[in-house]
Amino acid sequence: MELNQYLSMFIDESKEHLQSLNENLLNLESSPKDVSIVHNIFRSAHTLKGMSATMGFEDIASLTHEMENVLDLVRNVKIEMDPYIFDCIFKSLDALETMVEDIIQGGTGSADVAPIVTALGSIVTGEYKKAQPAAAAVAVKEPAKGIEVDEFQYSILQQSIDSGFLVFYIEVSVNENCVLKAARAYMVFDAMERMGEIVKSTPSVQDIEQEKFDRSFSLYFISKVDQATLEKEILNVSEIASAVIIAVDTESLAELSRPVTEVETARKEIAAAVAATAVTAEIVAPKVAEVAAPAAKPAAGGGAPVASRTIRVDIERLDTLMNLFSELLIDRVRLEQLASEVRRNDLTETVEHMSRVSSDLQNIVLKLRMVPVDSVFNRFPRMIRDLAKSLDKKVDLVITGAETELDRTVIDEIGDPLVHLLRNAVDHGIESISDRIAAGKPEHGTIQLRAFHSGNHVFIEIEEDGRGIYRDKVLKTALKNGLVTQEQAAKLTDLEVYNLLFASGFSTAEKISDISGRGVGLDVVKTKIQMLGGHVQVDSKPGFGSKFSVQLPLTLSIISAMLVRLGSEKYAIPLSSIVETSSIQKSQIRNIQGSKMIDYRKSVIPLVSVSSLFDVPDFNEDAEDETEIVVVRKGDKQVALMVDEFIGQQEIVLKTLGKYLTGTFAISGATILGDGQVALIIDPNALIK
Amino acid sequence: MGEEKKVIVFALGSEEYGVEVEKVRTIERMQPMTRVPKAPEFIKGVINLRGLVIPIIDLRARFGLQEVATTDASRIIIVSAAEFEVGLIVDSANDVIDVDTDNINTPPEVVGGIKAKYLDGIARVGESRLLVLLNLEQVLNRSEIQQLERFED
Repeated sequence: MELNQYLSMFIDESKEHLQSLNENLLNLESSPKDVSIVHNIFRSAHTLKGMSATMGFEDIASLTHEMENVLDLVRNVKIEMDPYIFDCIFKSLDALETMVEDIIQGGTGSADVAPIVTALGSIVTGEYKKAQPAAAAVAVKEPAKGIEVDEFQYSILQQSIDSGFLVFYIEVSVNENCVLKAARAYMVFDAMERMGEIVKSTPSVQDIEQEKFDRSFSLYFISKVDQATLEKEILNVSEIASAVIIAVDTESLAELSRPVTEVETARKEIAAAVAATAVTAEIVAPKVAEVAAPAAKPAAGGGAPVASRTIRVDIERLDTLMNLFSELLIDRVRLEQLASEVRRNDLTETVEHMSRVSSDLQNIVLKLRMVPVDSVFNRFPRMIRDLAKSLDKKVDLVITGAETELDRTVIDEIGDPLVHLLRNAVDHGIESISDRIAAGKPEHGTIQLRAFHSGNHVFIEIEEDGRGIYRDKVLKTALKNGLVTQEQAAKLTDLEVYNLLFASGFSTAEKISDISGRGVGLDVVKTKIQMLGGHVQVDSKPGFGSKFSVQLPLTLSIISAMLVRLGSEKYAIPLSSIVETSSIQKSQIRNIQGSKMIDYRKSVIPLVSVSSLFDVPDFNEDAEDETEIVVVRKGDKQVALMVDEFIGQQEIVLKTLGKYLTGTFAISGATILGDGQVALIIDPNALIK
Repeated sequence: MGEEKKVIVFALGSEEYGVEVEKVRTIERMQPMTRVPKAPEFIKGVINLRGLVIPIIDLRARFGLQEVATTDASRIIIVSAAEFEVGLIVDSANDVIDVDTDNINTPPEVVGGIKAKYLDGIARVGESRLLVLLNLEQVLNRSEIQQLERFED
């Protein structure tokens, strides 16, 4: 079967399922008694298993299968979730993610998942509980893998040994590709029952008959037949991979059964503890529910999944649509021109109608590319959980505004910088538990992750209640690295000092720990966000936490720009970097040390001749007495650009210059004008040093 | 008989060149271009090709041949090779022919002033027609964009 065409769908859906598994598992961790969450998890895992099996990714299928076995027991309240099981399942999810990633990279999605599978298997058999206390006490003897027996069965085994029978502990594995496992198991049971008596088997005989076991089952067996014959008889059954037979004597029987009683008591203790927490939970529950209710998404709460009213569209198709649409816009401008020349009423009316329709269409096309930031945010709770756990801190992540929408192109890029900022917040912002208690703060640190619209921008804020940033420490490092002079340092406002953290020289500081590690790689974050046309800044209250605020443009594909003319050439300057446009007289231009400067709002700023910079063939400012200027800024630096004429402000569709023309000086892209001509977009940042 | 290879034939001066048909997207008439400041001299600018911005290379300038004014016969061949999509200005382009791979010889060191590394080989077509097959990957090699190569004729 040709499966390649389904691959991208498979990848998308697996990612979604893994994400929902992660989310639900986190939910379950905070409310372990909620079986409906387990049902959700089980459903996702089951779908994932089915999909991957269909696509031929066997390792993914088998790992999810093991996971399902565990979840099934939880679902049917056979076992209860505990930290060990949570960790095991989280690890499985990580492994699955790695495998899916491998498939995305063109791999086969295979991986060595044996240790995790073993761990999951031990949860199903209940062995891990024995392994834990046993490991603490004595090194477990190899045969002590045994299965639980109750008192009655124990006494039977004991008596059998006493009266001279041979007692064996047997583990039988069927072949991996065995078709009828249950039938093989039945044949093994049949053969053995002819030679003796089976006291206990795990899984139970019923489960085995219904094929509810993976590849192996274990049993206690009483017989007079010797070990070799027994082995021969079992292996006689075809498709049996191995049979581990261990003779059990009084001593080893005691060893095997000892943990059982321990487990019993442990269970009782757990039950008591659970009951106790259940009581407190009941008191707290209504409160929590009240708070959580409005925030909860309808789909996450369990119950039937909401019917999907969306379809997946390949981003490339949307790009094509966008391109075609911009051509339509160009034709519209032409038609408008023609109509105004022809002056025929019905034509003008038709063109006007078309203009209205096409601007509505433009809105819709743009909206199609908008994706809620949720798709980026949803991986953070898990990340924060793991990070907090590994650093031994307690951190709550509160997400608001996850429904805020951003253009897909921005969404794709914004993940990494946010990960960096969040890691920074957990690692360096939030103090250790002891420090927090000492500072009189609650044990749990809180990180607020907010997204919201404001005008033509989206803001994403990361605020924590950690130790904050200390001005003096930052300044000390900045001085040491030569980022500021002593003189400048004295004049800087607090905000300016904090923003030094983003300076590229800052992260190379030798002893990062001096200033609590802030600034590590923050220059990279800043560069990335600026590349997206955004800004980032930080504010802080020493001792009370800090806030990183990221401002992003709504979309990367359409920007507002000022079109200017230089002789016969037209250029666009992004409005976001323009401070002001005005005109100056030739007499206002000053020559300071060979470079042209002008007085501009009480400061002297450089004057740049774009036409000579770009070698424009048919225009030169020198001939003019009065020159139009555009004042642009980069950070707090400003520069005036001389142009021939302003054409006007316009929304332009961004186009790249393609891979062949990367790194072109002072040009950040191109756009297509109404007459079909290409106009280059000036990158003011390159003109300011 | 070797394999048949379809090539688009174009001309630069008196020389005939071929480029594999799979690498050619379209052939366009000359059209207004937007100059890209500070770009290498052989990049004549960018055009709007149905919504895509495509850089245009003057092949004569790229090979260090004498540049001539464009005529009615001049064409832009839009090619995609080595993950780039660019247009090549040629004197004329008007033929598609099949070349037998058996008839392709490795190029001698200098052919019409063009360095051999830009060429894949020389194909003999019919009795007397010679066709120079372009190595597009080398022609579009970006590391060479900075250093313009000039030849003494």
